Amino acid sequence: MQLIECPWCGPREEIEFHYGGQAHVAYPQDPAALDDREWAEYLFFRDNPKGLFRERWSHAAGCRRWFNAERDTVTYQFTTVYAPQEKGTVTP
Amino acid sequence: MPHTPAPETKSPRTPGADLPEHPDFLWRSPEPKKSYDVVIVGGGGHGLATAHYLAQNHGITNVAVLEKGWLAGGNMARNTTLIRSNYLWDESAGIYEHSLKLWEGLEEDLGYPILFSQRGVLNLAHTLQDVRDSVRRVEANRLNGIDAEWVEPDEVRKICPIVNTSTDIRYPVLGATYQPRAGIAKHDYVAWGFARRASEAGVDLIQDCEVTDFIREGNRVVGVRTTKGDIACGQVALASAGSTSVLTDKLGLRVPIQSHPLQALVSELLEPVHPTIVMSNAVHVYVSQAHKGELVMGAGVDSYNGYGQRGAFHIIERQMAAAVELFPVFARAHLLRTWGGIVDVTPDASPIVSKTPYDNVYLNCGWGTGGFKATPGVGWTFAHTIAHDEPHQYNAPFTLDRFVTGRLVDEHGAAAVAH
Ligand SMILES: Cc1cc2nc3c(=O)[nH]c(=O)nc-3n(C[C@H](O)[C@H](O)[C@H](O)COP(=O)(O)OP(=O)(O)OC[C@H]3O[C@@H](n4cnc5c(N)ncnc54)[C@H](O)[C@@H]3O)c2cc1C
Ligand SMILES: [Zn+2]
Repeated sequence: MQLIECPWCGPREEIEFHYGGQAHVAYPQDPAALDDREWAEYLFFRDNPKGLFRERWSHAAGCRRWFNAERDTVTYQFTTVYAPQEKGTVTP
Repeated sequence: MPHTPAPETKSPRTPGADLPEHPDFLWRSPEPKKSYDVVIVGGGGHGLATAHYLAQNHGITNVAVLEKGWLAGGNMARNTTLIRSNYLWDESAGIYEHSLKLWEGLEEDLGYPILFSQRGVLNLAHTLQDVRDSVRRVEANRLNGIDAEWVEPDEVRKICPIVNTSTDIRYPVLGATYQPRAGIAKHDYVAWGFARRASEAGVDLIQDCEVTDFIREGNRVVGVRTTKGDIACGQVALASAGSTSVLTDKLGLRVPIQSHPLQALVSELLEPVHPTIVMSNAVHVYVSQAHKGELVMGAGVDSYNGYGQRGAFHIIERQMAAAVELFPVFARAHLLRTWGGIVDVTPDASPIVSKTPYDNVYLNCGWGTGGFKATPGVGWTFAHTIAHDEPHQYNAPFTLDRFVTGRLVDEHGAAAVAH
């Protein structure tokens, strides 16, 4: 079990968190204008990189707030966590 | 002092003593040729079965199976080997039942022991809604000619006496679906059996050969770049399970799969105590007893994406708590080994076996936590798809474009492992 850093509460055990998948997937600005392919992209298609991935987490058993994180999908190590409205520092 | 001879003791039969000996080398290890008619990426069960049926059913033998590690060392070596066909929808019944029928004749077909043991599977129901969903699934299975029964708690006890059917536990057993023809097989032997036959037929099985990129000409892939050099090909079939996205990203092809760690574990060897397979979605554990005697247990996927072939410890903790509640006799069993695989999960918990926007690239992925049981079935239908450049009737529903057309095959309820 690893410690995950909540931006508000600090490091807490992994079991306190809920995973929310890829970060920065914006709700379509003009939903009515989307064709089937674009809806499918929005609903079903997510990146699945081997390496660094920006994703959403919620501190479900703590402050219950959502935040973003960048994590390595091979080592599972978190490289940065940041508030939802922030862009986050991009690791080169 | 006179020596008293020790009393005659009869040592207990070693569980598994009657397993066949480990075989010698079963396939050739050639250097890759410059080009092949068909290159299969991924030497797991699916890639090997596809190669076997390409040769056997379609006479296509100028084939290479490229494996980045050792043959069948991915999910094929790591799964808990449960085989069943009691999924909900007609589409799934088609492919999983086709596969189960092939399992029933596979030992003869391969001329190799695979220790297929049809000991049945119980899928437990713990809530009224579970009961209703289960009964619905039994009816759906029967309409598709699949052996399925609804059994009450006292029958559960008869089929598997060690299940805790008392009513005062947190998730009491309200009954179960039962598929008597379900079973387990020896996964390594299955892979080796397919590998031997494919190799005999002329297929080149090449290990330590990672595909790193593709050589494209317009809408075609004319070759693969590998750690053993470039290899030209007429057709390319991807059967790389949890690592598929790494390859499809190179092709600029977006595929709706997410890779997750999935782990399993085994106990020490025990005398036979567990006559069937028991699965429980609600309490998140499933158990069978391997031929040698280990209890083999699995749980759900880790929630986050991962390529690390290891899972989180808290999953094991929960899984053990569930196992001990359902099987109090396990409380003193020792856990011997845990490991993880990388499974590729789709939004509707059904696989993708499909043509792609490329003229000669074929995709087999998204089997998630349940693709071992499909090994012969998918090999058969995928080989057909490659040979005829069109889907087999049983994989036709599992296209990549169903996520755009909306013709999903939602098997979350029957896929049985949380994902
Ligand atoms: C813990 C666990 C328990 C499971 N339990 C069950 C079960 O009880 N019943 C069931 O039906 N299913 C089960 N599964 C799922 C099942 O194992 C998989 O769905 C199935 O094995 C996938 O097909 P495969 O055998 O070809 O995959 P794999 O054996 O993973 O084959 C893919 C191969 O591709 C290779 N590869 C990847 N990328 C490249 C590349 N770039 N170049 C060359 N080679 C590459 C990999 O090394 C790997 O060997 C389980 C899985 C796990 C992890
Ligand atoms: Zn918090």
